[in-house]
Amino acid sequence: MPNTMETDVTRPAGTPQAPSTPKSDFIKVSGFNFFYGKKQALFDINMEIPERQVTAFIGPSGCGKSTLLRNFNRMNDLIDGTRHEGDITIGGRSIYDPKIEIISLRRSIGMVFQKSNPFPKSIYENIVYSLRIAGQRNRRVLDEAVERSLRGAALWDEVKDRLNESALGLSGGQMQRLCIARAIANNPEVLLMDEPCSALDPIATAKVEELIHALKKDFTIVIVTHNMQQATRCSDHTAFFYLGKLIEFDATQKIFSNPSQKKTEDYITGRFG
Amino acid sequence: MAANDHFFATAGGHRTSSRAIGNQILSILCIGLAGATLIPLVSILFLVVKKGLPLLNLDLFRQLPPAAGSLGGGLGNAMLGTLLMVGIALVIATPVGVLAAIYVNEYSPTSKLANAVRFVAKLLTGIPSIICGVFAYAVIVLPDGPIVQLCKALGIPFEGGFSAWAGGFALAILILPTIILTSEQALIGVSKAYREASYGLGATTFQTIWRIVLPDALPAIMTGVMLAVARAAGETAPLIFTALFSWFWAQSLTEPTASLSVLIYNFSTLPYEHQINMAWTASLVLVILVTIANVTAQLVFRKK
Repeated sequence: MPNTMETDVTRPAGTPQAPSTPKSDFIKVSGFNFFYGKKQALFDINMEIPERQVTAFIGPSGCGKSTLLRNFNRMNDLIDGTRHEGDITIGGRSIYDPKIEIISLRRSIGMVFQKSNPFPKSIYENIVYSLRIAGQRNRRVLDEAVERSLRGAALWDEVKDRLNESALGLSGGQMQRLCIARAIANNPEVLLMDEPCSALDPIATAKVEELIHALKKDFTIVIVTHNMQQATRCSDHTAFFYLGKLIEFDATQKIFSNPSQKKTEDYITGRFG
Repeated sequence: MAANDHFFATAGGHRTSSRAIGNQILSILCIGLAGATLIPLVSILFLVVKKGLPLLNLDLFRQLPPAAGSLGGGLGNAMLGTLLMVGIALVIATPVGVLAAIYVNEYSPTSKLANAVRFVAKLLTGIPSIICGVFAYAVIVLPDGPIVQLCKALGIPFEGGFSAWAGGFALAILILPTIILTSEQALIGVSKAYREASYGLGATTFQTIWRIVLPDALPAIMTGVMLAVARAAGETAPLIFTALFSWFWAQSLTEPTASLSVLIYNFSTLPYEHQINMAWTASLVLVILVTIANVTAQLVFRKK
């Protein structure tokens, strides 16, 4: 139940916190507009995403939830003709600060995509990719990262005897967990998941959801999902987007039991979408 | 059955018979024409093997071509020359072509420069090879050609004239567009998901290309390179203007150099039966070399 997850976590109350206390505004989006060419995809988004909790983005297709997610690690910069207004800070620093290198930003933010996309390399090489591109050559460090990440993604026992085999030989669910392992290998602070279960069967989905639940003690997780049951099962907070606007953002339990906006209620009860 | 007759006309039924016959005729026409395309290809192979085989032996590799009117001899210097010049062409055109394709597809696909490269490459694939030869002649053979002048200015001991360098250069220009276009297609074929994953993990553009995109595109790039080799190995016109021909073993890359294709051209116009038969054998050797290159490329670089 979502509310039991909620009670696990100490919410900061604006009083000075010890550094280890989770921040309630770890990711802060302020007055954010986003454009693909002339088309505006996001309108004046303001939200604060708490540290080491799971925040779900829901809404009908084309509502801008993936677009916002892909701005957190500036993946949208890869698309020609995009621009933004407003600001996003993560851990207190603007991601658009010209002093920040985009590659170090992406290194500190793991991303898992809708379709699992392991590289056509061995399981081992997939995991250590983020370390290798950062120049890590020490075999012991790499080995350690592989075991830690695969254990973190609940995949170690299934693949520990075939780390040097191609990742493309894994099942669909295993591939997606491998992508999660790859995303956490570099110890990022944030884990972004863009519909991570949409191509998985129910059993593989359940495993990934368990994993999300286990990972939130270490990572701030933002997950885009089309599956409202999934949002209720694994998120602490839910944001509902519609036509590029953030309609409502609240505790998941509140959104799904007593939403304050009519639009939200219409969507979660299946009246449109 | 009576109900069925109502819905489905039988083969002899008059409503569909004209369409069925039309269909039959078209099918037969397609099969017939597809078969007909094999006739010229198979005839060429048959003729080359039949006429070339009698003189084919291992001595060909070691001996020099027979002077007009004399018997015996081989194709050694021509085979070596063809390999040398195709090799030079590959060493020049492969890096340039692949890097151009990387720029066009990975760095700036919609830029004016990228569009210009694509347009010019497509245009140049259709350029007659003799034009490449004339161009190379003006640029690297004539003593006042720009490349000769550049070498002089840089203190490089290259004085132009007919040479293996010039032949390789002409072939490089000839195959460059093919390599650019096939490499671009190879890069387009690499899944966008791999690139996203790589960028998402904090890789730079260079790291993404070097570690993810190029390894995945390599089989297709090499197939394109091998097609280029096959084309370059058979070209005659560019070499007549640049490498000319030689009756002797090549001592350096700066002197006139023999090649199989020019040897075929020269010998087939001589009024001596032995030389004409030698031209057939050279044709067979050329066909075998090109086939080996193609089959090797297919086997070695085939995608798993």
